[in-house]
Amino acid sequence: MSDTPMLEVRELKMHFDVGGGILDRLRVDTRGVRLERSVVHAVNGVSFAINRAEIMALVGESGCGKSTVAKTIARIYKPTAGEIRVEGQDIAGYGFAQMLPVRAKMQMIFQDPYASLNPRQRVRDIVAEPLLEQTHTAAARADVPAKIEALLAKVGLSTEHAGRYPHQFSGGQRQRIGIARALSVTPGLIIADEPVSALDVSIQAQILNLMKDLRDEFGLAYLFISHDLSVVHHIADRVGVMYLGFLVENAPRDVLFKRPRHPYTRALLSAAPSIKAKRDIEEITLTGEVPSALQLPSGCCFRTRCPFAWERCAAERPVLQDVGDGQTVACHLIDEPERDTA
Amino acid sequence: MTDTPLLEVQDLRTYFHTFAGTVKAVNGVSFAVRKGEVMGLVGESGGGKSVVGFSILGLIDSPGKIEGGQILLEAEDLAQATEDRLRAVRGREISMVFQDPMTSLNPLHTVGRQMDEVLRLHSDLDAGARHAACVAMLESVGISRAAERLRAYPHQFSGGMRQRVVIAIAMLARPKLIIADEPTTALDVTIQSQILKLMRAQIAGTGAAMILITHDLAVVAEMADHITVLYCGNVVERGRTRDLIEAPSHPYTRGLIDSIPDTTRRLDRLSQIPGSVPDIRNLPQGCNFRDRCPRAQAICAETEPELTQQHASLMAACHFPLRPGDSA
Repeated sequence: MSDTPMLEVRELKMHFDVGGGILDRLRVDTRGVRLERSVVHAVNGVSFAINRAEIMALVGESGCGKSTVAKTIARIYKPTAGEIRVEGQDIAGYGFAQMLPVRAKMQMIFQDPYASLNPRQRVRDIVAEPLLEQTHTAAARADVPAKIEALLAKVGLSTEHAGRYPHQFSGGQRQRIGIARALSVTPGLIIADEPVSALDVSIQAQILNLMKDLRDEFGLAYLFISHDLSVVHHIADRVGVMYLGFLVENAPRDVLFKRPRHPYTRALLSAAPSIKAKRDIEEITLTGEVPSALQLPSGCCFRTRCPFAWERCAAERPVLQDVGDGQTVACHLIDEPERDTA
Repeated sequence: MTDTPLLEVQDLRTYFHTFAGTVKAVNGVSFAVRKGEVMGLVGESGGGKSVVGFSILGLIDSPGKIEGGQILLEAEDLAQATEDRLRAVRGREISMVFQDPMTSLNPLHTVGRQMDEVLRLHSDLDAGARHAACVAMLESVGISRAAERLRAYPHQFSGGMRQRVVIAIAMLARPKLIIADEPTTALDVTIQSQILKLMRAQIAGTGAAMILITHDLAVVAEMADHITVLYCGNVVERGRTRDLIEAPSHPYTRGLIDSIPDTTRRLDRLSQIPGSVPDIRNLPQGCNFRDRCPRAQAICAETEPELTQQHASLMAACHFPLRPGDSA
């Protein structure tokens, strides 16, 4: 059992129908009368696995589908296709009632600490809510207050904070409350969607340190969604890079930062500003912008901005292939390295 | 210094008089910007950096008020200027790039009309010459088919493109100073690097000066010649970019730099500044940073430190400043 990954995602797809009502979708032209479907291809077949106590980060720019992956795994959305295995159990098709016991294994931390806490609940009730959902005997419920106190102490808040409302806290403290709430059911996996991007840099360091300490103490696995490469470098064991709903590269952190293979990963690393004098990294500057997820380009998702793209990239969609050291890359350059002229 | 600075802010105080008490958002800030130079204004939320930008342009509305200090633009004090005079200055001599390109353009007017407005107000050009100038400016910020795009509305542009339009508008009247308030915070990292390159090229091309307001030390480290660090409405440190990044003398600056994760080496823990920013309505006596400072001693609670000369080009307000090589 112990070699079953905490989370395994296979060929996950999430498409959103945005066509609107029948009248919005009705098209009348020379080709006749028909109903058109308009679909946002947010996630297009993403596969990865997270082991126990492993921190996997998903990076990418806005609209790349990283948050949709997180929300689909947490089953806020019902996936269009694919498998989501939590400790081996496929939850992709589960209904609300079936999800309840799964939520004891998997909890989420959200980006905005101002919007993710109910302003009319006291901190102790916020933190207790998922726990009460999972405890069914009166005897177990009697233990809840003591557990809440211990949880608050664990995340660096004191007992006197338990009776206060969210508006009485700063952003960093609120994120601590969100973490305590996620921890209340002692999950094995925490899905953290941009947990520090709304925070100032000095507070961000406090929260990142806390998340790492909790991993070490409880053996938590994290799916850590972020757009900030320096944060990802600090916290992650493994990094997946997403572009337009595809996973284009997946590698252990040190391999990815030392030897990025996909042109998009290389561009992302060279674009990140740094307070140190520039690293000796090649400079790939991207022109143009991300294509619309309504109309995916044929072949490789990145070819419209890729400096190396050739005919094959428009004809054939590259798949993730193993290049050694646990690194997988979806790029035709792997087969034809002589075209890599940067 | 033989060359007089383009802009000199001296002891600026901007207060907000609210029912809950007076908020001293900017409480005695001084700095100077020379021609052709980029000055980075950094600090965390609540540091007062945006209020400094708004004060320079006279954009402080009630209950806010500039309570003291001078804002000298080539020896003219903007803090005393009339609203009419400020209208002539805004856009013509000082222009502003705001953070959010989604809300800083008018959604009801075409991009062309919003660009043309600047020239109509601030130049004597006729309609044809204004159109030509708009097309040229839009092309210079990297927007192709510019004549056609002038007829488009803001919603037809992506975020990065809109920020290019905002920069084009800011540059149109060839201002002497551009105030950019978090110009790339809302953008993705690959788009951010395009926009930063563009701003650098535009400044180099026109000799304008820039005040770059941001919370992101990495961005100012790459863009700015000088950096001013604000904390709770006060300047805690300022100096040349390299001196300040490599060996800061104020413990707050040091804490900020150390809390940024470093992609060149792996640390087990980030160093963190304990606690959080104090309530600005209710600042402690003495040094504002003392409750979070590892070097604080008794005197820090009594006397507010003044800006004094430190090593290299640095000025810092601290009783126990760091020397190069000191550990934090």
